[in-house]
Amino acid sequence: MAGDPAAAYNQSDRPLSESARLAINERYHLNDPVYVQYFYWLEGVVGGDWGYSPTARMPVTEAIAKFFPATFELTMISILIAIVIGIALGTISAVRRNTPADHATRIMALSGVSLPIFWLGLMLQFIFGFSLKWLPLDGRYNTILSLQHGNRIVEYTGFRLIDTVLNGNWTMFGDAFLHIILPAITLSFGTIAIITRIMRSSMLEVMNLDYVRTARSKGLPERLVIRKHARRNAMIPTTTVIGLSFGGLLSGAVLTESIFSWPGLGRWSASATLNNDWNAILGFTLLAAFIYVVVNLAVDVLYAYLDPRVRLE
Amino acid sequence: MVDESVGNQKRHLFRDTIKPLRKSLQPRLREFRFSLFLMRKSLLALVGLIIVIAMVLLAIFAPVLAPPRPNADPMQIPRDYELPKPPGAGGHLLGTGLLGADMYYGIIWGSRTSITISIFVVVTATVIGLFLGAISGYYGGAIDEILMRVTDVFLSIPGLILAMAVAAVLTRSLENIMLALTVVWWPPYARLVRGQVLSVRESTFVEAARAVGAKKSRILFRHIVPNSLAPIIVNMTMDFGVVVLVAAGLSYIGFGAPAGSAEWGKMVSDGQEWFLSTTVYNGQEYNPWWMVTFPGLMIFVFVMGFNLLGDGLRDIMDPRLRR
Repeated sequence: MAGDPAAAYNQSDRPLSESARLAINERYHLNDPVYVQYFYWLEGVVGGDWGYSPTARMPVTEAIAKFFPATFELTMISILIAIVIGIALGTISAVRRNTPADHATRIMALSGVSLPIFWLGLMLQFIFGFSLKWLPLDGRYNTILSLQHGNRIVEYTGFRLIDTVLNGNWTMFGDAFLHIILPAITLSFGTIAIITRIMRSSMLEVMNLDYVRTARSKGLPERLVIRKHARRNAMIPTTTVIGLSFGGLLSGAVLTESIFSWPGLGRWSASATLNNDWNAILGFTLLAAFIYVVVNLAVDVLYAYLDPRVRLE
Repeated sequence: MVDESVGNQKRHLFRDTIKPLRKSLQPRLREFRFSLFLMRKSLLALVGLIIVIAMVLLAIFAPVLAPPRPNADPMQIPRDYELPKPPGAGGHLLGTGLLGADMYYGIIWGSRTSITISIFVVVTATVIGLFLGAISGYYGGAIDEILMRVTDVFLSIPGLILAMAVAAVLTRSLENIMLALTVVWWPPYARLVRGQVLSVRESTFVEAARAVGAKKSRILFRHIVPNSLAPIIVNMTMDFGVVVLVAAGLSYIGFGAPAGSAEWGKMVSDGQEWFLSTTVYNGQEYNPWWMVTFPGLMIFVFVMGFNLLGDGLRDIMDPRLRR
C-alpha cells in the first residue's frame, strides 16, 4: 500500500508525532482488520458519514455538495453540445453516404475517439486562451471582475450560468459563459465522436426499412422523411449510447477539470488520489458509480417511452 | 539399398506429414490472401496498418534511431538541465523539454513504453475475459449468474475513475498502471465473449460435435471459442490504442511513469509546466509549445492507427460483408 494512511490526515508541514499517529489510528479504526474497517465504512456510508477528506479540508459529503454543481454544470453543457452536434453530423453522414461530407465526418469521429482529451484541452487553452486571448485561460469566473460585479450574487442553485441569470447579473453571466466554452468543448469532443458513429450506423439501418420507402413513395418530401420517419427511429439505439457515454464524461471530467482548474469533483478527486486521501477516493468512486448507474437506469426507462415495442413486452 | 530406404523415408515424410499439412493450410492461406486483398481495397484500414507497422518499427529500432547514453537506463530521457530549447537548436531535432530532456529521444523510446502497456493490458484482459466469458456462457445457471454480477460491479464504475482508485492503492510505477488498467479492461471482454458463446453454442456444428460425443471442455475450447474470435480480435485491435490513451491520461494526472521517463503522457504533463511561460534561447524568447505538442501528437497518431485498423478489420472479418 502506498503511503501511511495516518499521514494523509496530517495537515502541518512537520512529520506526524507518535502520539498523534496512535490517536488517528484509534479514531479512524486503522488498527482493525481490513474487513472490520470495511464494515465501519459501510455503516458510515449508509448513515451519511463518508469520512473526512484532508485534501478538501472538510467531510467528504460536504465536499461533494460543494464541488458537485461545477461538475454537473460542465457535464450537462458538454452532453448537450455532444447530442446536438453528434446527431446532426451522424444524420448528414448517413444521408450523404460515401460523399466527401461522409468521409470527413467519419475521419472526424475516428480522430475524436483517438485524441487524448488532456492534450486537446491544453492545445485549445494554448491557442484560444494564451495566444489569441479570445477566451479566459482557466477557472470558473474572473476573480477581479467578480470582486467588482459579482459580490452580491446569491447562489440559488450553485450553477453559475443559472445563478447569474436569476440575479439578473448579465456581466457575470457573460463571464461564466466565456469560461465554460473551452472546458465544455474539450469534454464533449470524444462524446460527439461516439454519438456521431452510432447515429450514422443506425440511420443507415433505418433508411433501408420498408416504412421509409413507404413514406417516400407516398410523396413526402425527403426532408420530412428523414426528420420525422428515419431520424426519430434511429434515435433509439443512440439514446443507449448517450447513457453509456456518461461514464466517459465522468472520466473525462477528471482530466478536463485538472487542465482548466475547474473547481469541481474531478479536480478534487485527482488531487485526492495523488495524496492518498482514501475517504475522498472511496466517496468519489462510489458517487461516480451511482451517477453512472442512475443515468443508465433513466435511459432504460426513457427507452420504454421512445420505443412502444419495449413497453408491450 | 541404403539410399533407397532413405528415399522411402523421405517420401513417407512428404506423403504423411507435409502434404496433408500443406493441404490443410491451403484454404487458410487463400482466406489470408483474400483478407490482404480486402485490406488493400480499404484505404483507411491500410493507413491504419501502415501507422501500426511504423510504430512497431520505431520501437524495435529505438536503439539505432536514438542511441542511449552508455551505462544509462534507456527508458530515462537524457537531460542537459538547461532551459527548454526550440526544435533544431543544439542538435535537438524536436527541441528539449523539462530540465532539458531531449524530446526526440523521448518520442522514439516512448513507443516502446506504449506498445508494452497495450500488449500487456489487452492480452491479459482478453485471456481473463475469454476464460470467464466462455465458462459463463457455456455452462449458464448459477456460475453464469455469479460471474456476470461480478462483471457488472466492475462495469458500473467509469473506467478511468476505477483505474485511478486501483492505482492509488498501489505504488506509483508503470507496472502498477498496467495492473490497474487490466482490472478495468477484462469485464467488457467477459461480456463480449459470453454473448458470442451464447450465439455460437446453438450452431449445428456444435450439435454435431456433441452428437459424436466430444467432451464439454473440448466443445467449448476447440469448437465454440475459435468461432467466436472475430469480434474479439476487432475489439482487441482498437483497444491496443485506447489502452494507451487511458494510460497516458493516468500518467498525465500523475500516476505511472516516474519523472523523466520516456512516456508520452508523462512528457505532456512535464511540458505543461512550461506551456504558458517563455524560455530564452540565444537571446530570443520562445513559448515552449513543442514540449506538449509532439508527445501528444504521437499518442494521437498511435491510437488513430489502431482505431483505423480495427475499423477496417471489422468490415473484413464480418462474413456477411466479406463476399
